[in-house]
Amino acid sequence: MSHAKPIATTRSAAGISTGKLAVWWVIVSEIVIFGGVLASYTMQRIGHPEWAESAAYTNTWIGAFNTLVLLSSSLTAVLAHAAAARGDGKLAARRLYYTVGGATTFLLVKSYEWTMEISHGFTITASGFWSFYYMAAGIHAAHVLAGAIVMLFIAARAKKNEELQRVELCGLYWHFVDLVWIFLFPLLYIAK
Amino acid sequence: MATAGTAEALHGHREETWVIKYLWSTDHKIIGLQYLFTGMVMALLGGFFAYAFRMQLAFPGEHVPLWGVVSQAEYNQLVTSHGTIMIFWVAMPVLIAAFGNFLIPLMLGCDDMVFPRINRLSFQIFLLSAVVLLASFFVEGGAFGGAWTAYPPLSAQGQYSLTPLGSTLWLVAVALEFVAFLLGGINFITTTMNSRAPGMKFTDIPIVVWMIVLASIIFMASVGPLVAGAIMLLFDQSLGTHFFDPAAGGDPLLWQHLFWFFGHPEVYVVLLPAMGIVAEIITTFARKKLFAYKVVLGTAIATGVLSFFVWAHHQFVAGIDPRMANLFTATTVLISIPIAEMLFVYIATLYGGSIRFTTPMLWALAFLFEFLIGGVTGIFLGASGSDIYFHDTYFVLAHFHYTFFPIAIIGTFAAITYWFPKMFGRHLNETWGKIHFWGTVLPFNGVFIPLFILGAAGQHRRIYSYEHFPELFTPEMQELRVIATVCAVVMLLFQIPFLINFVASALRGRKADANPWKANTLEWLAPSPPGHGNFPVMPTVYRGPYEYGHPDRDEDYWPQWEPPADESHERSEGGVAAEAAE
Amino acid sequence: MIERLIPRASTFAGDIDGLILLIGSLTGFWFVLTVATFFWLLWRYRARDGRKAQYVTGEEKHLKRWVTWPHMLILGCDVLIIVAAINVWAEVKQTLPEPDATIRVIGQQWAWTFVHPGPDNQLDTADDIVTVDELHVEVGKTYHYQLESEDVIHSFSVPVFRLKQDAVPGRRITGWFEPTRAGAYDIQCAEMCGIGHGIMGARIHVETAAQHAAWLAGNAPPSVLAANVTE
Ligand code: HEA
Ligand code: HEA
Ligand code: CUA
Ligand SMILES: [Cu+2]
Repeated sequence: MSHAKPIATTRSAAGISTGKLAVWWVIVSEIVIFGGVLASYTMQRIGHPEWAESAAYTNTWIGAFNTLVLLSSSLTAVLAHAAAARGDGKLAARRLYYTVGGATTFLLVKSYEWTMEISHGFTITASGFWSFYYMAAGIHAAHVLAGAIVMLFIAARAKKNEELQRVELCGLYWHFVDLVWIFLFPLLYIAK
Repeated sequence: MATAGTAEALHGHREETWVIKYLWSTDHKIIGLQYLFTGMVMALLGGFFAYAFRMQLAFPGEHVPLWGVVSQAEYNQLVTSHGTIMIFWVAMPVLIAAFGNFLIPLMLGCDDMVFPRINRLSFQIFLLSAVVLLASFFVEGGAFGGAWTAYPPLSAQGQYSLTPLGSTLWLVAVALEFVAFLLGGINFITTTMNSRAPGMKFTDIPIVVWMIVLASIIFMASVGPLVAGAIMLLFDQSLGTHFFDPAAGGDPLLWQHLFWFFGHPEVYVVLLPAMGIVAEIITTFARKKLFAYKVVLGTAIATGVLSFFVWAHHQFVAGIDPRMANLFTATTVLISIPIAEMLFVYIATLYGGSIRFTTPMLWALAFLFEFLIGGVTGIFLGASGSDIYFHDTYFVLAHFHYTFFPIAIIGTFAAITYWFPKMFGRHLNETWGKIHFWGTVLPFNGVFIPLFILGAAGQHRRIYSYEHFPELFTPEMQELRVIATVCAVVMLLFQIPFLINFVASALRGRKADANPWKANTLEWLAPSPPGHGNFPVMPTVYRGPYEYGHPDRDEDYWPQWEPPADESHERSEGGVAAEAAE
Repeated sequence: MIERLIPRASTFAGDIDGLILLIGSLTGFWFVLTVATFFWLLWRYRARDGRKAQYVTGEEKHLKRWVTWPHMLILGCDVLIIVAAINVWAEVKQTLPEPDATIRVIGQQWAWTFVHPGPDNQLDTADDIVTVDELHVEVGKTYHYQLESEDVIHSFSVPVFRLKQDAVPGRRITGWFEPTRAGAYDIQCAEMCGIGHGIMGARIHVETAAQHAAWLAGNAPPSVLAANVTE
């Protein structure tokens, strides 16, 4: 069903495109969700010094590697935007695929990491720390997955030089997902 | 105007089946009505639950007609579902989603929301959430009965609540509902920021649109932590984590903080749209410009900001650090200032007016009066010292029914009666409207004034029968309970004429023209009811929304869309550009 | 206001009632004033033939006064209320006067267990008297209570004392009261705690010194224990 856009969607009284405005508001609502997770975790962590024992078992190297992967995938998202801005849909799509590749790597590494941890008995019920660990990283991973899927769709259109402005929008979202990880990584891995 | 042609062409004249037109529609007006009707059905259900448990309170242990004997477990389920439904499936969807959807594009002079399909998705998720909630009544153990605040460990562990499935379904339903409103809210905010008619400055936006948008922003900014909390609670329920289980290092108070950090802003999320509705109505029927538009905006924003710093007033005696209570008492009591100012400004709007007591006006005025009672009684609770006594008594209960009822029921009736001609192209019957008004508002006071007294006498909440509490089971107190119940039943019976009037007028009422109240805002330019695309010619805005009784004119109103006689004053696209630079 | 509906039986009940009276008077004053203005305006400016409404923007200085003055006055009232509230709060919840005795109150689904210190006035000794759903205290003595919960959140509420405190599992919350009036009164559970929340009441017996001594003597454990639990 291809609906023609209503006039409303084409207006821009605020001077920002409607799509971008909406993505910003999505990000705002996500910030408070992750803010709630992180604030709860931080408060509880302060109240439970003994969680450090559990935290000692997280693998900082794997976490650091994943941080690198996400940061690089953000870079390719920026490059995709640059290509889209020049009107080069093919290149933009290719670069978006790199970003999706980064997301996939991130998720694969994460699954390996979790499998190892669970096989060592560190399940989600093992301790308060592990509950927060899986919950926070799990919500984040769900966002990574969702972002990757959306990018696949956008790349498929971009390849045909359609809806190129969306490349920037998913890039914005991707930077946000990245940023959340930048908070999670020190809180879950580095703080021992 | 060029846009006129496009609007017609875009929306085409494809033959649409009934399903496509009414159930699968992306038209904001249809979606608004879908929300309204779902909300009405849920309101009737919530009202019916109230009837069932109020009967039990007045006549403990006796057979309640249409329900049967109310058991202890059933009583808790009824109260919990009543509270949850009234707040999440009546107040929110009707005030924000129904009127937001119906009014925002019309009042801003555009043809639809910016994301019509996301809008439809929002309603579908909402409908699903309602179904999930109702389904919980039919699972093993029955619906959740641990109060609408769902404090763990009771809500987290099936062994305590005895409703393991019901608790989970309740939580999933509420979470789905939040998703629906987040989607809807993004649509409202983006539409208002970007899609206003040419010439419409920020100060030309009708207050009700402002209020719905501010409410959406407050909702969005406060619900996040509770979404996180809901995920944790869901894990506690189904995966066996211990986020809220003190026996394994969790913290039950964490949930309370997450819940009330949302829960208090939430009450202003529903208050503001109702205030907006009232602003539209009193200006129209007092034929007066809104007194100090900017003050109204300022107080609404101040209320919104302050509302994020008061949440712990629900937890004074919950075991939080007692020093925290002092801080929260101060912020809570100070919130009286913006709200009082808003009410005073509305009352000042009446000054010098020419007030016509139509049915919508009666509802709007009743809102101001009744809400005032709810507001001032909040101060008794905000003062930590007296809340030690009042906490969890019927005084609290009466306080919030004196706020919620005016908002969700009186405010909604005001809006329905005011915009009915626009929605259905016909007039409601005024006589029956007034009968319904008095038959609702008088018994309402009859229900909750006795409950104030009972609360002040120490009666606490969520008790299925007071026979186990000798101090509370005196004949005088029982008499007050009976009065409250009788009034509630009378009030419910008076909804029947409303429903008949509603249906009959929608089908056969007197035909309404485009602007039956001679009002100024853009929705009254569109035909009644507006077709697909809303306006035959997309309007341009030339002035503020409340130019009533302007001295330069013979007519006592001056619509936003009417070009000034003197062309040089015209605001054109230039106005939009200037505002974008702001 | 409140004492007409329910007696006062603790030292701080009067202070809480006083606070309620203060808030009642201040908000009551504004309420009456607002409602009177409201109805007067409605009557004065009702629609009449041939009279057009005035054009008032509300930005005029001499009119805005009508909003800004109340603003300042309400701020004054708010400050009064906040100070009074914090005073009462500090007395009830933030101070712990020296106790004459300490009792333990344990909530569970759906009953209250009370541990009295017994003749030696020490908790956790052999002569502690444990009762279910009835608490015995002596008038005029200052008590500390240690509040605990076994399962979910309950709330220990004694309306005649104007006392309320949630019992949170995993914590022991200490508070105080001093009964001033002999008699038997309700204890209520004031937090939804499951299906039996509606039956989770208990009685507090405030006794004179002589009555209390007699009760202590007549209830020496372990005989009492058995008797009370099977009750
Ligand atoms: C939309 C609904 C709504 C609204 C608008 C309000 C408004 C307010 N509420 Fe209410 N409240 C609820 C809904 C609402 N509340 C609900 C649902 C609960 C119970 C939840 C549960 O436990 O289930 C609750 C519970 C509740 C509590 C917790 C009680 C307890 O459980 O122990 C408190 C405590 O501070 C409180 C305070 C206030 C205050 C100070 C306001 C203020 O915003 C009111 C401000 C308005 C005025 C003050 C009136 C106008 C002012 C004047 C006329 C000037 C004169 C005034 C002074 C001099 C001060 N409310
Ligand atoms: C919006 C909020 C709202 C509304 C409107 C109501 C309306 C009513 N409430 Fe409710 N109530 C709550 C929110 C609300 N309540 C909450 C949050 C709780 C706490 C739950 C808990 O403790 O967990 C509660 C608890 C509660 C209790 C306490 C039970 C207990 O603690 O043991 C009682 C007792 O009398 C009660 C009574 C009533 C009555 C008689 C009405 C009547 O006013 C109902 C009358 C019904 C109607 C008038 C509806 C008619 C509808 C139509 C005709 C359709 C028209 C369409 C629209 C208006 C959209 N309510
Ligand atoms: Cu124990 Cu309610
Ligand atoms: Cu609140």
